[in-house]
Amino acid sequence: MTHDPVCGMEVKTPSKYYFDIDGKLYEFCSESCQDKFAVDPMKYIEKTMISEAGYRKTNYGIEKISLPVIGLHCITCVNTIEQEIKKLPGIKIAKVNYTTEMVHVEFKSGKVTTVEIINAIKNAGYKTGQATLELGIRGMYCGSCVSKIEEALSKASGVLSASVDLGTEMAIIKYIPGVMDVKNIKKEIEKLGFQTYDTSGIKPEPGDDKKDEEEIDENQAAREREYKTLMKKFLFAAVLSLPVIFFSYPTIWNLPEQFQRGTETLRLIWIAMSILSLPVMFWSGSQFYKGAWAAFKNRSANMHTLIATGITAAWVYSAVATYFPGVFPEERLADQFFDVIFVVVALVVLGMALEIRAKGKSSEAIKKLIGLQPKTARVLRNNTEIDIPVEEVVLDDIIVVRPGEKISVDGVITDGSSAVDESMITGEAIPVEKGIDDEVIGGTINKTGSFKFKATKVGKDTALSQIIKMVEQAQSSKAPIQKIVDKVAGYFVPAVIIIAIFTFITWYVFGPDPNLIYALITFITVLVIACPCALGLATPISLMVGVGKGAENGILIRSGDALETAQKLDTIVLDKTGTITEGKPSLTDVIAINGFTTEEILSYSASVEKASEHPLGEAIINGAKDKSLTLSEPKDFNASPGYGVESTVDDRKVFLGNLKMMKRNSIELAELEERSKQLADEGKTPMFVAIDGVAGGIIAVADVIKQDSKEAIAKLKKIGLEVVMITGDNSRTANAIAKQVGIDRVFSEVLPEDKAFNVQKLHNEGKVVAMVGDGINDAPALAQADIGFAIGTGTDVAIEASDITLIKGSLKGVVLAVQLSKATMKNIRQNLFGAFFYNGLGLPIAAGLLFPFFGILLSPMLAGAAMAFSSVTVVTNANRLRNFKSTWK
Amino acid sequence: MTADQIFVIIAGLGLAGWVAWYFWFSKAKAVKIQTSDSGVQEAVIKVKGGYTPDVLIFQSGKPIKLNFIREETAACSEEVIFSDLGVRATLTPFKTIPVELNIDKPGEYDFHCAMGMLSGKLIIE
Repeated sequence: MTHDPVCGMEVKTPSKYYFDIDGKLYEFCSESCQDKFAVDPMKYIEKTMISEAGYRKTNYGIEKISLPVIGLHCITCVNTIEQEIKKLPGIKIAKVNYTTEMVHVEFKSGKVTTVEIINAIKNAGYKTGQATLELGIRGMYCGSCVSKIEEALSKASGVLSASVDLGTEMAIIKYIPGVMDVKNIKKEIEKLGFQTYDTSGIKPEPGDDKKDEEEIDENQAAREREYKTLMKKFLFAAVLSLPVIFFSYPTIWNLPEQFQRGTETLRLIWIAMSILSLPVMFWSGSQFYKGAWAAFKNRSANMHTLIATGITAAWVYSAVATYFPGVFPEERLADQFFDVIFVVVALVVLGMALEIRAKGKSSEAIKKLIGLQPKTARVLRNNTEIDIPVEEVVLDDIIVVRPGEKISVDGVITDGSSAVDESMITGEAIPVEKGIDDEVIGGTINKTGSFKFKATKVGKDTALSQIIKMVEQAQSSKAPIQKIVDKVAGYFVPAVIIIAIFTFITWYVFGPDPNLIYALITFITVLVIACPCALGLATPISLMVGVGKGAENGILIRSGDALETAQKLDTIVLDKTGTITEGKPSLTDVIAINGFTTEEILSYSASVEKASEHPLGEAIINGAKDKSLTLSEPKDFNASPGYGVESTVDDRKVFLGNLKMMKRNSIELAELEERSKQLADEGKTPMFVAIDGVAGGIIAVADVIKQDSKEAIAKLKKIGLEVVMITGDNSRTANAIAKQVGIDRVFSEVLPEDKAFNVQKLHNEGKVVAMVGDGINDAPALAQADIGFAIGTGTDVAIEASDITLIKGSLKGVVLAVQLSKATMKNIRQNLFGAFFYNGLGLPIAAGLLFPFFGILLSPMLAGAAMAFSSVTVVTNANRLRNFKSTWK
Repeated sequence: MTADQIFVIIAGLGLAGWVAWYFWFSKAKAVKIQTSDSGVQEAVIKVKGGYTPDVLIFQSGKPIKLNFIREETAACSEEVIFSDLGVRATLTPFKTIPVELNIDKPGEYDFHCAMGMLSGKLIIE
């Protein structure tokens, strides 16, 4: 096979139409392409030299590319960029033109990619980029249209490559945003007389055909088509099966004499059935033969092999009985089984159709996530708001979001505030209040206010893209339980064929009269009843639904392995800071004595802290702001490390510090000292406040416990887990916190590097341990644990060391994850049990094991029904997981 | 025992033996993939009731590009899964779907359809 250089079609070599240039053969699909080539061969030869990525490629394997650079302000910048690019392998020339703001790079093909060059420019601190646009094109009727569009586009400035596919009516265009944009690309194509429509990228403009507005999901469409075809095949076989069944059992229906066995009329009916059965076998059942043959060539066998063998055996026997009844030694052996063919084909095809429907539902979670991806962004460029496809958004772009709009990429709010609905990512139903410097996640929906934000993550780096990637990976991973199934699946189908052969022998040799008919019926029944699909589907389909359900609730499960281990956990280690607690101090208590009010104490302390940069100070200031107190400017600020801070506020001298500071300044504390000890016992950090040499009160700050930590820990204990807290704090603070949240076992004063060691200690006690931490400081401990839960921090979701990431920073997620893993594994076990039980019981019954004892023999048609619905049952059972709800409330 | 019974036993056992040999013990031919000028090891795999070729040999450390072409609409082969590598691809019928892999560790890596009915193997040397 080769490609026609003119129209791009596949051509069988050697082709009748060819052209020889300097010993190189160019082959064509038709004479017209050959003629076109003959007129201007160089035009097409050059085109074939444009590599897939589309940059100009010379004959010596050198590629040339020019990229615009934004933000060149000085001559030295030029050197920085050039040096950064030259660090890459295979770079021949790297030149930056300061006046045109362009980078020109020549590099060896294969050594380095354009993306790497773009990244190098980014590393040097400048912006450039490449965007890909998929565009539907209507009105192309010939191969020449393709080349016409490609040619026009590649001539346009800013377009790196354009490839047009006639079959799908699609163009994939790579271009440099800023130099070229979607509008102009469309204009270029429309100038040539074609219509364009969006397949992805940006929303269709109003006035376009309604059809365009529908999402085009080819796979969904293919599945739908397959479903419809199967249903047609089913109906065809089912309708024809009715008269066939009617005339197959003349004694049951009490038909008149002329339709009974041995009559000429019945023989004619049999002949009609033998002919009618052909379209049923080769159209309704075509997939069985195609699938069986293809698998056979690959030395493998599957469900199709079994069905194809079964119905073929039935047809051959029946045809011989119809056309050559004399072959059989006894007249009653000359019976027909055409009805088996019709019914088995109809039922199995129906089963396949229903399975497609059910499977579509199983992957809904990932489809929902993909559907969340925004298509456009309103970006502020040169002080005007423009709508651009989200692919064109570059880092540091300022994006404007209005109420009700979808946030396009990840970023940080620079102006304005709003409530954002993040439920689709975090699973948290209540909208989150966001203000300046807060992170926003792409794909979430802005509720009430308007704001501007700076893009910090774009393209495949966004949280949503990472989540989709992680979910896809997890859904394709294997749960360890699957390994047994894999072993069985490899042997299953051939084993069934062998069992069927042995069944035939046994019935033929030992069976009652007419032994040949019994042998044949049991042979077919065994082949038809076996359901390898139910076995193969059991684990992956539940895993897919389970992992998807996790993602819907803000729980990212990395693999099937993690899911299976999570249900075996018996101990859970919680890092204190950031996991049980908020991870940052906030104001908890204000005590006032000697006639001061708590507002005064807080306002003086906060005013003093305005000059300090201590995190505890920030907590006090935020506490004052929450109470809407007005703060004054501190004067003569002085901090003495190990003591505290002092300053003059509103002409009053304020001391804020520990006991040592108060003693040094001879301040009488009286009952304050006792109160301070109590606060310390509760795990808080108290600070004394003195105003004009008189003790004023105490300000206490603490890392407060997250709202739902206590509830979550109680729940973890209730589902049978031992909960352990690990922290670097001293044992007094640690125990105080542990008591408040109901934890009995505490590892305190643990250095960060020893956390992993403590997890190992629990391992040595024979426990299956999960560690919950922030994923940064706790990475070694997370990796050491059987399951590492990382508490997500904003948009960082792909935390390497973790097995399960909780996007929402709540311990509730841990409970939910454990519950979900239990539910999923239960579902998998049900499926596996069902599949093994079905086959384990079905096969012996089909072989006639019950016959000697009870005289029961399974009809092949019943076997077909059982087989068809066993795999549908597996998928339906897995879909039950979609209704999984936490038993949280 | 009559002659026809003996014939059925012998023929049946022979057939069973052949089934066992053909599906379990005979080895499929592996296809060795050459590295192209650009350094990518590229192969085309036809998906139709199975993967053709189904055993492919690659060299470690070089990028691998597998172009799957699914020439059927039967739902079974809709997805191809490399479970050891955590890669999954949805194969749109009659379209070339590239799967790019980078494998550094030599060994055998299986790939299969969603139900595990069709399977193939990458051998990394």
